[in-house]
Amino acid sequence: MIEVENLTKYYGNLAAIENITFRVEKGEILGFLGPNGAGKTTTMRILAGFFPPTSGAARVVGYDVVNDSIEVRRRIGYMPETVPLYKDMRVTEYLDFVAEVKGISRKTRKSKIEKVMEECGATEVGHRLIGKLSKGFQQRVGLAQALLHDPEVLILDEPTIGLDPKQIIEIRQLIKSLAGERTVILSTHILPEVSMTCQRVIIINEGKIIAMDTPENLNKQLQKLTQILLQVEGPSREVASQLGKVKGVVKVTKKEEVSPGVWNYIVESSKDLDVRKELVQTILTHQWGLLELHPMGMSLEDIFVKLVTAEER
Amino acid sequence: MKNFFAVVKKEMRSYFTSPIAYVVIVIFLVLSGFFFYSGIAYFNLVSLQAMRSPYGAQDLNITEWVLRPLFGNISIFMLLMMPLLTMRLFSEEKKGGTFELLFTYPIKDMETVLGKYASCVGVFIIMLLATLIYPLLIHKYSTLELGPAMSGYLGLFLMGSAFISLGLFFSSLTENQIVAAVISFGALLLFWVIGWSSALASSKTGSLLTQLSILEHFGEFSKGVIDTKDVIYYLNFIILSLFLTMRSLESKRWRG
Repeated sequence: MIEVENLTKYYGNLAAIENITFRVEKGEILGFLGPNGAGKTTTMRILAGFFPPTSGAARVVGYDVVNDSIEVRRRIGYMPETVPLYKDMRVTEYLDFVAEVKGISRKTRKSKIEKVMEECGATEVGHRLIGKLSKGFQQRVGLAQALLHDPEVLILDEPTIGLDPKQIIEIRQLIKSLAGERTVILSTHILPEVSMTCQRVIIINEGKIIAMDTPENLNKQLQKLTQILLQVEGPSREVASQLGKVKGVVKVTKKEEVSPGVWNYIVESSKDLDVRKELVQTILTHQWGLLELHPMGMSLEDIFVKLVTAEER
Repeated sequence: MKNFFAVVKKEMRSYFTSPIAYVVIVIFLVLSGFFFYSGIAYFNLVSLQAMRSPYGAQDLNITEWVLRPLFGNISIFMLLMMPLLTMRLFSEEKKGGTFELLFTYPIKDMETVLGKYASCVGVFIIMLLATLIYPLLIHKYSTLELGPAMSGYLGLFLMGSAFISLGLFFSSLTENQIVAAVISFGALLLFWVIGWSSALASSKTGSLLTQLSILEHFGEFSKGVIDTKDVIYYLNFIILSLFLTMRSLESKRWRG
């Protein structure tokens, strides 16, 4: 659906992206992850046909983004990061304009607009001025204009930024529901978002791809130790030393005291050994109180930080 | 072509939902109305005096005394006001970021440029149509010479359209509306006065400067003469400006 080969873009002497290559299959949701200025927006702008790359090629639905720019633009829905909208237009007026330039016939225009406003939850603000809407509703209108002509490919630059938690969940669900029939590329800072919505992640830093895989695989690759969080009521020094004696435990770290006599501990063990049973056994035989036990998977956040800092070193 | 009309519709709507079009049109009409009134009043006074001494009476012609100066004045108001109409065309989109969305919609650059141009010309036509009341008043109370009136309006229309095309170009260069307006106004004024320095230059350069002047080419229209060289001058001016606008948009995108 989307093929990107050796894409490079220079702003003057500054390379925004260098030799980026990836593919996105039909129906896939791809997450673009990276710190600010990593080149996410640049890549998306090239794919959306806003500007051409300095070198390299990108094809969307088989059309080249430079030579067949108009054909590409007909088939994508793009939502830029800042959601720029015409502030002096009403929502329906604006969507009507978008529908017209996207070539939706006059007959179906009205029903399409109504449908997409319903999908994005913008029906109630239809006749209000866009400039007077809250950030959340502007975001919805931005999404609505991208979805309006049922594009095969959706390119969303930070779609949930500036929304409240409830809206974020709604938008994520909407994006997820789009997968299957549509191909979606979305960029974000928010890491849990990627693991929640995306099937594949590209981590990009300083214009280069540094990792590309499913969120689970990234997790597996980078995680060498299993971490377990324990909350135990009992004499802290003794608990720590006894837990350290359990077979397979590499390290026990005493964290903060939650309430008098109750401490949090982090137990690290080698990756392939499950030490949870033994830990519980030890605690029970000493008659301490076990209040909490849960394994801590490495969050995408850790992976991200690890990869980005490893790159810098 | 459909996209062209969509852009025209959107831009027209934007002119008339914001106060810009109303303010510009009203101020334009107030000024031209005042000048029309004082022209007529002065003509009345001179006519009264001419009744007493019949020698000057045969020179008295309402087209010469009222309509032609009015056209001259209107052209000056256009010089002042057109940059204010054109400054927002691209600058506003750039500042607001809507530029990015507009240029990822399946619209060709040409359609955007022509659509924006046509919408501004549309506002200008409305302005110009409103001033038709002056020749109509002359027609009612005196005799209007239809020829010079029509050629004068054609001249105003061509001149205003040329102003708009240059303003559109400067608006595509910057994201700051004030900068766009100031540069447009400066450039137009320079084109206006460029012929004045012809007396100081050698005869060849002098005639070149005269031919470049926007004002020079307008003179004939207000006298009732439609010269193809003047029409072609304005058309060239417009086409060149629109061409430069297209180039400027393209280069902006290459540079990112």
